[in-house]
Parts: sequence; structure tokens; C-alpha cells
Amino acid sequence: MQLTVDGRDYEVDVEDDMPLLWVLRDELGVTSPKFGCGIAQCGACTVHIDGVPMRSCQLAVADVQGEITTIASLGTAADPHPLQTAWITHQVAQCGYCQTGQIMQAADLLALNPDPSDADIDAVMSGNLCRCGTYPRIRAAIKDAAQAMRRT
Amino acid sequence: MSRLRTIARRTFLIGSAAVAGGVAFGIYYVRRPTPNPLLADLGQGEAAITPFVKITGEKITFIVPRSDVGQGIMSTQAYLIAEELDVDPHSVELDPGQPHEAYFNGKIASNSLPFHPLDEGVVPRTVKELMEIVARLSGAQFTGGSSSVSDLYERLLHAGATARETIKLAASTRTGVSVSELGTEDGHVVLPGGDRIAYTDLAVDAANVDPVQSVDLRPHAQWRWLGKPHLRTDTIDKSLGLQDFGIDLRLPGMLHATVRANPGRGGGLGAYDASRARAMRGVRSVLEVKDGLGVIADNTWRAFQAAAALDVDWPAPDYPATSAEMWQVLEEAHTEANINSRLRDDGDVDAALSGAEIITAEYRVPYLAHAALEPLSATVLVEDDQVTIWTTTQVPSAIRDAAAEMTGLDAEQVTVNAVMGGGSFGRRLDHDYALQAIEIAMTMPGTPVKTTWSREEDMTHDFPRPLHLARARGTVSDGRVETFDIDSISPSLADNWFRRVFIVPPGPDTLLVWGAYDQPYEIPNYRATGYRAPDLIPIGSWRSPGACSNAFFHESFLSELIHEAGADPLEERLRLMADPISRGVLEAVAEMSNWSGPNIGPGRGRGIAFCHSHHVPVAEVVDVTLTERGIKIDDIWIAADCGTVFDPVNAEAQLVGGAIWGLGHAMNCELTYENYAPIQTNYHAFEGMRLYQCPRTHTRLAGKAPHVQGLGEPSSAPASPALADAIFSATGRRLREMPFNKFIDFV
Repeated sequence: MQLTVDGRDYEVDVEDDMPLLWVLRDELGVTSPKFGCGIAQCGACTVHIDGVPMRSCQLAVADVQGEITTIASLGTAADPHPLQTAWITHQVAQCGYCQTGQIMQAADLLALNPDPSDADIDAVMSGNLCRCGTYPRIRAAIKDAAQAMRRT
Repeated sequence: MSRLRTIARRTFLIGSAAVAGGVAFGIYYVRRPTPNPLLADLGQGEAAITPFVKITGEKITFIVPRSDVGQGIMSTQAYLIAEELDVDPHSVELDPGQPHEAYFNGKIASNSLPFHPLDEGVVPRTVKELMEIVARLSGAQFTGGSSSVSDLYERLLHAGATARETIKLAASTRTGVSVSELGTEDGHVVLPGGDRIAYTDLAVDAANVDPVQSVDLRPHAQWRWLGKPHLRTDTIDKSLGLQDFGIDLRLPGMLHATVRANPGRGGGLGAYDASRARAMRGVRSVLEVKDGLGVIADNTWRAFQAAAALDVDWPAPDYPATSAEMWQVLEEAHTEANINSRLRDDGDVDAALSGAEIITAEYRVPYLAHAALEPLSATVLVEDDQVTIWTTTQVPSAIRDAAAEMTGLDAEQVTVNAVMGGGSFGRRLDHDYALQAIEIAMTMPGTPVKTTWSREEDMTHDFPRPLHLARARGTVSDGRVETFDIDSISPSLADNWFRRVFIVPPGPDTLLVWGAYDQPYEIPNYRATGYRAPDLIPIGSWRSPGACSNAFFHESFLSELIHEAGADPLEERLRLMADPISRGVLEAVAEMSNWSGPNIGPGRGRGIAFCHSHHVPVAEVVDVTLTERGIKIDDIWIAADCGTVFDPVNAEAQLVGGAIWGLGHAMNCELTYENYAPIQTNYHAFEGMRLYQCPRTHTRLAGKAPHVQGLGEPSSAPASPALADAIFSATGRRLREMPFNKFIDFV
């Protein structure tokens, strides 16, 4: 079957029910989506499909319809997404393992809601688990990024 | 300053060794030189100045041997070297290095000796010094016990200063300008006229000068980065999604494996049928490993699917099948015969308890998984004359030695590449997952094999925090706490863990009573007794081991006594506390939270707790609101004193992260055993704290303590008793067992 990941086309030969996460990681070598739980409880595997955040560990590859984007499409060192800039300014990451998923989830929040309240952030971000306890900085970074994006 | 430090400083000599095409310097420490492991692999025109700094014509490399599992120690190690060397740590290569005796940890064993942490007497000092020398001679390399900065910071500052002065000497020899006229900045030697020579240009010259014998460290006031906010070396990659973890490793021709082991720990392997698994797509082999079966496939998911398809009979292990039976073992272990330690026995507790009105309470904490977000994994390549391992580990030298024994190779033929870890919380102080990966890769010589555990395997085969029971008695009179007597009952964590990976230190198990016997209160009649229960399931170090349970027992009971006495929880703690550093954090948290007692209005509650663990006093105040749907945690104030702070931004992160860790597990986590295994096998049943539950956090580091101490663990211990105290204040209900959501809901 055919997949488009971060603007690149791939042809893969895998079982229909293989989760997208393992196609990305083990077949295509795209390792920024992380394996944390396998049952959509932690959010570390979050990618966008046509801009919508999805838990790739629970998404059978045959059900993927649309373009897959990972954090690589969000921003780069030379041109970071405002969320990534805020993540750096606030030094959010501790171990960092959950943070690609956190940022992908937050990117969707800001795309839909340029000025999220505390309650909006709580509602959208609580499916992404962080075992290190970076939540206060995640909240602060999202607010900073939202403000930066509203200015531009 | 301890005597050991004085000796170490006095004998801190730098020697040199001539090697082909480069120069290297070894540090002589105590009575025996520590060899420089970088010497063996030096190429033409390369200099290894101390075991921590290597310079070639192209780049500068720092060896940062303590493992980073999220606590930021890679960055702090780099900044410690960089501060004295005058080079931007973001511009150098950071290499964890190979396990080597030069990178020994002198603190982790000596910190577990049965002495009060505030006792600077001759006997504890001498025995701790001896234990540090034993650790040095054994070359044991560990990351743990919040010991990295206290153990390493002087060595790393010296490494940076030694390298700087040696490079200046080389520049002086080349240019004829005297060393005193040379400066350094941003990786360059600066000549009086302003001309600059890059350190990398001086690598070869450094081979031809006599090494600098002694260096002075800069006063803190001159620090450019340390003590001020600075950018962690891993922050940018982790924010851009570029950080690779062990589980992300990819090698040409690599296969993917997983394990399905007996859910009953140590129960071995019974009869099994692997025919269905072997026939599945992508499966290369099914093999027997210790206590279970391994599956090698061409994709991790295929390996998981095949492992799930194995049909296995699991023999019963030799411990009770259920949590209820395990609790019974602990209850029955509460007898005189099982007394393991009585490291505090002030006044006359027995006399004080006879005749007076006695207040009693019993407390319990459950088994808890580490459940780091990155499931355990290791990649191994076994070849004829060498074995190479890539994994995240806190005990690289133990993996090297085990790999040598398993393969019949020499330790020198084993390479252990330490990789950035997605959390650990103490789990990677064990190396079972790496040894399993070696077992599996040994069946495929010449092919790299990455073994990854499923989340379910990870939680079922943890070495969890132990089940722990406490019974306490006390008396109050005239508004004061008079008698405090606590019995702490659990299997021996020290014996379990040290036996698996190191040597069991002499004397009683102090971890069993960490947080119970060593608190800086001066209660007139004050006793703490450790009871060693029989081993049950194998247990391990879990963020703030010992103290994470005992602080809940000790502080909860102290709060109960203070309540009975009718005193203020803060004022009575201050009255009982003589240690000025510890008083300082209590006073700080009171000021930060505007403390005026536990009653903060209808439907609300405020709690306080203190714990001195890992040589760091921490006081925390928690505010909660009782809503229609349950308890909401509003705020937590955290005050601590770890002495000098090197990275204030990360220090705040560790304080906050530790407190959230303590609160989250107290709210809703436990491993409950049925049929020899935990019924909680993934995050749906073991959540911890999620973002919507996270309180506002407020921190302060007092900076008055005379020692440098780490902050990875200390803030986690007082969080659960502070929360229980706040819930009592809001509801009148004293929770004496974790997790609290067995008794009350949280929103």
C-alpha cells in the first residue's frame, strides 16, 4: 500500500492491521512517534493525518486515508514552530520521550483555538501522559506559543 | 568539609603518559592512580586531558559518564567541565564514554550506611570514607541515589580547569608568551594582543608540554553559566523531535525481538507450544530465555503478535499468589525476631508509653511500578571476539561484566554504549532487560537484535517499590508531641537490589527506614525500628526509595499527634526541629504559602509535610478543594535546600517533577497481585497524574546548606503526606493507605 509521510511517498508491504506506529518506526525508520503503551493511553505516538491528531499505535495502517505528518513537518532548527520555540524557552522537556506527542497534540489545539483557556488546555492535553511531571511548563509554553501566533 | 575531601584535594595530582601521537593525563586520587580510559583509543594528534576531556584537531569531546534518564545530568556534567574550560557546551560532543573505574561512584554505597545524615562524628565519617574507597577500588559506575552532582562536581570542575591550564601551557610554549598573560574564551586561547588560537589547533602541542600539576578552581562569583539560568544541552533536540532514545536505534540488518516471561517472577518456563507463533509472518525464531521465551522477528509489532500467540504453562513462583497474602506476611513479620535496625532510640519510649494515653495508627503503601514512558529495550550485536550493547542503563559496568560472563569474552571485549533514556525512576538500576537482550542476540551472531518489551511486559516484570507497612504509637501532653515510636515493616530493598547488581553493604538495611529514623526532629522520646519481612516478589529502587514510603508514615503520624495535641502543624514541627537548614525550608514554605494554619476556608484544606532524604531537606504545603466530584489539588509549595545550585531551571523542574510524581502515585496508583502477577499492566489502570489534575506549583531553593546535593528524588517523598494532611483538613478524614482514590475521588 501507499503512504505519504512528511511529504514523501512510500510503498509498504505489511499486514492491513499493523498499527501505523510500527509501520513508521520499523518499516520506514520514522522514529519521532514514540511507543509508550500501545493502547492509546499515553499519546506519545501522536501524528497528524490530514492535520488531525491521531494515536498511531491504535490506527491500523489500512485505515489511514490522508497525508501523515510528524513533528518533522511542524518545524526545524532553522524554522521552528512557535510551540517548539516556546518549548525551548521554557525548557519543558525532562526525559523528552512524551514531548513529540505533546507538541503534536498542542499544535492541533492552537490550530483550532488561537487563545485557549486553562480549561481548554486541560481538556485537550490530558490524554498525553508525562511521567516526569512537565505539565506546568507545558501549560506555560502553550500559552506563550498561542500569544506568539496571535501576534503574527 | 569532610576529611576525605581534604585528602582528595591535597592529593589531586595530574600525571601524564606518553602515547603515540597524543598526550593524556591521569588523575591520581587517594593512594592509587585512576587510569585514563581515553588513552587506549587515542589517534594521531589527539589529546585526552583527564578522563573527561578529549581534544582532536576537529573537535572537543566531553565524557559525561552519568546516565541521563531525564534528570538533566548530561547537561550539568557538560556545564561543570565547560565552566572551567571556557567552551560552550553546545559546541562540544557529549559522549557517555565506556564503563570504567575512572568513573566510579563513591557515594551510592556510602550513603546507605547506617548513620544519621547529619551526623558528622568520627565513626560515621571514617566508615563512609572507607566505603567510598571500596567503591573506588571496585570501579563501580552507577547513576542513582541523587548522587551524581555531589559525587562528581569537583572532579568535573577540576577536569575542565586542568584541561584549560594545560592547553594554555601548550599555547605558551608555541608562542613564547608566558602563561600568566594568556586568557581563554569560547574554546580559544587569547593572546595579549587579542589574537586567538583554537583549542583544537593546540591538540598536538599539548602532547609536548609537561602537564599542569595543580589548578585553582574559580570562585562561584566568576561563574558564567553555573548557578544562572542556562539552556540544557538536550533541550533543543527534545523540542524538535530529534532526540533519539535507546528504543529508536536502527542498525543495518537489525532484527526486532521481544520477550514473554513468566508473569510470576522467577517461576521458570513450563511446557509450551510455539508452533502458531513460529508460523506467523516475519518471525525468525522463538527461543528459550531465562524464565520465558524470546521471539525474534523483522518488526517489533510482529514480534509482539507472535509472543501473544505463544501457548505456555507458567510454573508458580515461590511467593504468595495475592496481595492479601503478601500483606499477611508483613503483618506476621512484625515480631521481635525480625528487628533489623533501631537507628534512633532517644529518651525512654517504653516508659513514656506505659500508663499514658497512647495514640496509635497503622499505615500502608502498595507495590508501585516505575512505568517510565519508554518501555525497556536494548540492542545487542554479538560477534566472534566482541559484543556491543546499546541501551539506557544506570549500571553500565554491571552490564559489561555480565555480558563478559555470558559470552565468555573478556570485559575489554564488551562495549556498552549508553543511550539517552525516556525515564527510569530507578528501574534502570537493574539490568535484567539488557541481559535478556544479550541472551537473545547470542542466538544470532553477526546480526544486531533490538529487544523491546511491551508495556504489559514492562509493568508485569518490574522490580517495584515494595509493599510497606508501618505501625506507630505516640503520646502528647500540654500541647506538645512527647513520644513518637514507629515500626517500619517491609522486605529488604537493599538486600534485593545490591545482591542483584553490586555487593550487599555491611550492617542493617537502612533503606528500609530511610525517611523514618533520620529526620531532624528532637522529640523527647523518639524511636524508629526496622522490621525485615521475608522476601516476596523481587523489589527495586523507586524514586526516593525508603523515604517515599516512610515519609508518608512518619509525617502522617506526626501530623496526627500534633492534631491531638492541638498545636499548629508548622509551629510544632519548628519547635521540634533544631537543624537550622531544615528549619530554613519549613520557614520558607510557610512564607511562600502565607501559612496561618491548616484551615483555609469552607470546603478547602491545607496540609504540610517535611522530609530530609538524600541529604536534602524538603518541606511542602498542599492546598485542596473538596468539590462535588471529589478532591481538587489546587496548589503545592515546595521549599528545599540542596546547597549550591548549578542549573536553577532544571533544579526547579526536578522539584516540581518529583512532587507531581509523589502526588500522582498517591492519588491513584498501585500494583495489586493476583495469581502471582499484577493486574495493572498498562496506563489505563496505572495513570499517575494527568495534566488536568496538576496543581499550580511554587518552588524555592534556600541555598544555605553547606554541601552540594542532587535533586532528582528528594521532593517526591513529602508530597503524599502533605496531600493526605490537606485532605484531612478539608474532610476530617485521615487517609492512612495509598492509593487515596480507594477512599476518595479526585477531579
